[in-house]
Amino acid sequence: MEYILNPWPWYISGPLIALVMATLLYFGKTFAMSSNLATLCSMAGAGKFINFFKADWTEKKWNLIVVLGAILGGFIAKTFLMNDTAIDLNNKTIKELNDFGFINPGKTIVPNELFGLEAITSFHGLLILIIGGVLIGFGTRYAGGCTSGHAITGLSSFQKPSLIAVIGFFIGGLIMTNLILPYIL
Amino acid sequence: MKYLKFLFVGIIFGIVLVKSEAVSWYRIYEMFRFQSFHMYGIIGTAIATGVIFLQISKKKHFKNLLGLEINVPKKDSGFVRYIIGGSIFGLGWALVGACPGPMYILLGTGVYSMIIVILAALLGTLIYGALKNKLPH
Repeated sequence: MEYILNPWPWYISGPLIALVMATLLYFGKTFAMSSNLATLCSMAGAGKFINFFKADWTEKKWNLIVVLGAILGGFIAKTFLMNDTAIDLNNKTIKELNDFGFINPGKTIVPNELFGLEAITSFHGLLILIIGGVLIGFGTRYAGGCTSGHAITGLSSFQKPSLIAVIGFFIGGLIMTNLILPYIL
Repeated sequence: MKYLKFLFVGIIFGIVLVKSEAVSWYRIYEMFRFQSFHMYGIIGTAIATGVIFLQISKKKHFKNLLGLEINVPKKDSGFVRYIIGGSIFGLGWALVGACPGPMYILLGTGVYSMIIVILAALLGTLIYGALKNKLPH
């Protein structure tokens, strides 16, 4: 039980993620989490105004069920499968985040300084989440996939477009974390 | 019942990503600062296992539930859309520390402010759909 309640090591987690991909392929589908955003747009009727969303979303219903499962999985993991072990962050990371004014980095899954009530009711905090979300939605559709579709599925099947996309993920991520975050946190 | 198996896969996916801490903003920050091997280990072993699975399934002609050979759809060729779209996504990923899977998983763990991120991501998707024909691909 201890093994389940403690955080899982990377060499267990990585292969389990590949198992999720393999299972979806076995079901005749693909592992592509960002496509549900477009499906939700189609479902809400965006196809009436924008051709891109004119799709039969009922064929993509399975994808929304995976999302529903993911929400449930998050709930199950948090409620039944966790102890209070903090995230084992690098001391350098903790020090840097302390300097940004973060209290107890790693004690919770995500920082309260970004996702807590106080943060999201401030203009600055709300803007961070909105801009982040817009970039994720726009970027994944433009690139035709995210971490699951390009980094895991695309690279496992040796696809060059996915390699280019993943290089892009890192260009954007490195710029944000190293050059922009220090000024906005 | 047809959909129950997808619910199950989603649940496993959600549990694995929480237990591996891949849904954590802190882990993404650490990854892009090169201060921890953890995320590289997860992504690396996921890809390595995926490669092994796909290679074996190709050689042995594994069939899926529909009786067809297991097959990963090919992405369209191109450069601009992948490098620019990828970089835009990377900026967002590092800012809110979540990609499209974890956004939902975190909602399940009780991080309700993720609803704002999800709604904004839907808006971003809409903006892409509206501008698609004007963008270089």
